[in-house]
Order: sequence, then C-alpha cells, then structure tokens
Amino acid sequence: MDRLGDVVLLLVLMTNFAVLVTDRLSTCIRIMAAQGVLLAILPLASGAPFGFHLGVLTIGTIVIKAIVLPRILLWAIREAAVRRELQPSIGPIASVLLGIAAVGLAFGVATRLPHAAGPAAEGLVPVSLASLMMGFVVLTTRRKALSLVIGYLMLENGIYVFGLTLAGVIPLLVELGVLLDVFVGVFIMGLVVFQINRELETQDSRHLTELRD
Amino acid sequence: MLLLAIVLVPVVGGIAAYLDHAPSRRTAWLVGGAVLHLVLVAAAWRFAPAPTDPGWLAFDPLGGLVLTLVSVVFVAVACYTVGYLRREDPRGGRAFVSCLLAFLASASLVALTRHFGLLWVGMEATTLATAPLIYDPSDRRSLEAVWKYLLVCSVGIALALLGTFFLATAQVTVAAPHGGPLMLPDLVAHARGLHPAWLRAAFVFLLVGFGTKMGLAPMHTWLPDAHGEAPSPISALLSGALLNVAFLAVLRGFQVVHAAGQDSFARPLLIGFGLLSMLVAAAFLLGQENYKRMLAYSSIEHMGILAIGVGVSGVAAYGALLHMLGASLTKALLFLAAGNILIGFGTKRTREVSGLLRVLPATGALFVAGLFAISAAPPFALFPSEVALLTGAVRGGRIWIAVAMILLQATVFMAMGSAVLGMVLGAPPERLVRAREDRWLVLPPLGLLLLVLILGVAIPPGLRGVLALAAAAVGGGAP
Repeated sequence: MDRLGDVVLLLVLMTNFAVLVTDRLSTCIRIMAAQGVLLAILPLASGAPFGFHLGVLTIGTIVIKAIVLPRILLWAIREAAVRRELQPSIGPIASVLLGIAAVGLAFGVATRLPHAAGPAAEGLVPVSLASLMMGFVVLTTRRKALSLVIGYLMLENGIYVFGLTLAGVIPLLVELGVLLDVFVGVFIMGLVVFQINRELETQDSRHLTELRD
Repeated sequence: MLLLAIVLVPVVGGIAAYLDHAPSRRTAWLVGGAVLHLVLVAAAWRFAPAPTDPGWLAFDPLGGLVLTLVSVVFVAVACYTVGYLRREDPRGGRAFVSCLLAFLASASLVALTRHFGLLWVGMEATTLATAPLIYDPSDRRSLEAVWKYLLVCSVGIALALLGTFFLATAQVTVAAPHGGPLMLPDLVAHARGLHPAWLRAAFVFLLVGFGTKMGLAPMHTWLPDAHGEAPSPISALLSGALLNVAFLAVLRGFQVVHAAGQDSFARPLLIGFGLLSMLVAAAFLLGQENYKRMLAYSSIEHMGILAIGVGVSGVAAYGALLHMLGASLTKALLFLAAGNILIGFGTKRTREVSGLLRVLPATGALFVAGLFAISAAPPFALFPSEVALLTGAVRGGRIWIAVAMILLQATVFMAMGSAVLGMVLGAPPERLVRAREDRWLVLPPLGLLLLVLILGVAIPPGLRGVLALAAAAVGGGAP
C-alpha cells in the first residue's frame, strides 16, 4: 500500500466521521456520494494494475454509488417536511466517541488477524472493519428512515473495502452482481422512504410500530 | 444448458408478462412459467446434467431437493394466484407477476450455484424480488412490514457477504492455496487446508446473515410482519419456498465447516439458534390474536427445528431434510387456506372468525387438516420426520434436546389448536352465508395436502435415496 492509497483510506474514515456528526440529511447523502468516489478510486490509488476488470468496476461504482443512489435518496427526502435528524438517541459527541472506539477496536483486531494478502491489506482490513462498525452505530442510534439507509450504505461500503483485499479472487460477474443488488436494494428503500414521508408526514421510523406482539 | 434454462426460463417469462398488456394473459405467463420450470427440474433429476462451464451451476441432491420444493410450491402458488387476482388487486400492479417469476429465478440460482459469491447475489435478489410483492403504498401496516423486511434482511445479508469474503480469505491465507476461489466442491475437497480461524469467523457470519433471512431468532423480527402483512399467496411463497432457500445457504456454509472437521464448533451454534427460535415462537404463539401472524411464528418454530436437526446430525439431519419438505408444503397450504379465510371473512383477527366449516367448508377442512399436519400428527409427512429427528437426538446422547423439542411443540400445538378450533367451529357471523368456493383457490392447497399425505404414508424409494445423499453432504445418515 503506497502513500496515495493510505490517503484515500484515511479520507474514507473521515467521511464516516462526517456522517456521524452531521444531522442534515441532504449533507449526509452528499458525504456518502463523496465516499462512493473514494471507494471507486481506492484500488487505483493503491497501485492495482489497471485492466478491463478494474475499469468496469471503477466506472460502475462511480455511476451507482456517487451519482445514481444519492440522486434517488435526495429525491426521496425532497418532499419531507423535516430535513434534520431530530433527537438522535445520542448526540454528535457521543457518536464520534463511539466512532473512535470502533476505529480503535478495528485496528486492534485487524493487526492480530493473520492475512495472506500481506502489506497490501494492511490498511484495508482495519478501515473496512471500522466502517462496518460505524455503519452499525448509525443503524442503532438514528431514527429517521433515511438515516438507516445511510447506515446500511456505510456498512455495505465497509464490506466492499474488505473485498478489495481479495483482488483477483472474486470474479467480475459476482462483483457486478453485488453492486447491482446494492443498487436495487437502496433504490427500493428510497421508494419506501418516499412513501413513508408521504404517509406519515414525518419519516421517524419510531412511528412504524403498529406491528407488534 | 438445462441448468441455465432453469434459471433463465422464469426471467424470460417475467419480462414477457411485464410487456403483455392483458392482465389475464399475465397470469397465463405465470402458470406457464411455473409449470415449465417444474418440467425442467424434473428433467434435471432424470438426466443429471453436467455442471456448466466454469462450474458455477451444478445439480446436487441437496440443492436439487430445495429446488424441487421451491418449484412445487411455486406451481401451487401460481395456480392460486389466478383465482386470487380475480378478487384482489395485485400489489406492485403490473409488475406483480414479473416479481413472482424473478423470485423463482433468483431462488433457482441459489439452489443451483456452487459459487459462494453467486449464492450471495441470488439470496439478496430473492429479498429484492419479493419486497414489491409485500409493498402496498396505501397501507401503513404493509409499509412498515416491507421497511423492516428490506432493512433487517439487507443488513443481515450484508453480514453474510462479509462471511463470504472471510471464506475466501480462509482459502488464500494459507501457505499453499488450493482450488477455485469460493467454489463449493473445491472448498469441501480441500477443507482441511483452510485457515481455521478465518473459516470459523466465516461460518458465524454466514449463519447470522443467512439465518436472518431464514427467520432464526433473535434475527427473526421482520418475519411475522412480512408474512403477516403480505398477500396470502406471497406469504405462502415466503414461508414455503424462501425460508428453505435461506436454509440451503446456511447448509452450504455448514458443508465446508463439516468437511474441515470443525463440527464441534458449528453444531452447538445451530442447536442454540434452533432452540431459541422454537422458544421465541412458542412464547409469541400463546395468545396470538392474528391467524396469519400465528402461521408466521409457526414457520420460525419449524426453521428452528431444521437448524437443530442439522446440529444434532446423524439420523436427525435426514429427519431435518424430510421435515423441510413436509413443513414447507404444509405451511404453504395453511397460508393459502388463510388467504381464503381472509377473502371470506375480511379480517385477520382470530376471534372474529367463527363457523368456518359452515361458511367455507372446503377451506375449513383444509385448515384443520393443515393444523394436524403441521403438528406432526400421523399420517402426514411431519410424523416420520419428527420420529427421525427425535431418534437422532436420543441416539446422539442428547435426550434433553428431544425433551425440549417435545415440550415446545406441545405448547405450540395447544396454542394453535385452540385458535384454529375457535375459528372452525361455532356459528358464523350473521352477515355471512355459505359461499361457493372458487376451484382455483381450493385445488392448489388440496394438491399440497395430498403431497404431504403421500410423503407421510410412504416415502418413494427414489426420494429416500436422494434424502440420504443430501443428508450425507451435511454429515447425516439415513435411518
């Protein structure tokens, strides 16, 4: 992993922290779009040989994660009366502290894991695990339906970073299939968020509590 | 070619149905696609096709068993849908039939693939194909159900993707990596050469991830909502087909762990999740006031039984696979019958339904027969499977598991039995008179009941052999 790759990984971590401190939903979406660009250029920045496989994946990631999905999510909240994450169950400082704990834990675990990919994976594994855990922080502390979609995207991006340690192991067809599934999944979630906005006029997922035993 | 056709025929049918403007022809595409799929699956059993190049699709007893079950349940649901759509507006509008066929295609991909990456892609695709079928924009409750379904299952399945990557890492993090990456046969053949720590981590994530989709407690929270709020044919499909596909995904992970000699790590996990699922299901079935949610919790119970069966292994693994067949067919039958009750009575509340046998005699009889079948009463298929499961537990020296299973199932039977008897007997509400029952709505569940009966009376020798082979793949044996 050369310096440029490390810089991109650091930026990925910083975008995660930016989501943790931001309560404006549209800003969160734009941060995730930026993270999509970072993920797309990450293999190139860390010196992977450029070929057909990488080219298709880079373009696909940019189109889907940086352009199409953010547009769908922005459309989904445009109708909403409330655009902020109202009363998250913990404040921004607490979420950042949780995020720091996640990063510490991720680096602690990652250095103990045996890994064949060697130095190339040195930064990828901890950043991947940290993104994963920070995605869970968002999923468990936020209440707006759209924030949960963003948490899911953070989690999914973290897993994508782990996948990069397996360069050449995962066939292109499978990687494109994963990308397509995430795309369709978030697309449908966007539609549901839009509908929740219209039906409930507030997209607080806590109001979705009619179904219980 | 044949294997590829099994995956692609529903795709083509789905596209054709979407492009067809006449609603009646759309259901014709649905039934036609379903029947052709079943014919192709039968041909696959007959001709045992070779794996496709480069070995991504293959037909093995375990996958073939699940594929056949999915195909049979799908034919029944497709025929039922013909009658159902005459009475109810489809959710998802024009795409309703296309989504159903897309589900069939993705489930077939999961059943046939030998590549763990494609397995994941297919599993997530089943979630996405079924979400629009539950989704009704004008109904708050269905909105809530589909939201939980999408989010909980997507997060769960994301963890399974991480498990899949861990599995690949277990393959490459050793001095001398063997075989094609993430290919099931290579993983099984060289399982002892996998990195043990990564393999164990991979199994945990695969179990939790695909277990979410399978409805194992405590990741089951989406299931009663989705199965309860979905239109009844969709509930039947989710319960009778989709849960088994997720179970198959868990079994694929277990196959590798078993071949690696890590059973002592994996089995207690399966038994633990299984017992917890049975416990949660029994607890929520007591006093359950919605008969569709009652059936949903019963599905959680049976998924728990399957996990326990594989965890106990030996004869119990054979019993678990037979149980999978019986429970799925019965559960599909019960949900289809519940659909008729919902159409007839217009309520999902157990207390507001009475005199079912007088208002809808055929449906009422099917519902009662289904109750006995799902409670493992003879002469239905769940009786021999239950015997095999309990025998396996006792022979394996785990009598306490057998005792726990019997106690929990007795609780479930009392809860479901009293609810069903209250619905079936008594005088019907005054506004309801005996109605003529649509053949399309009665014959599909009746067909399923006959299959459950045949399996219970005598398992065909051919099927017995297939079950034994499939059980052997997950470390079990025939009785």
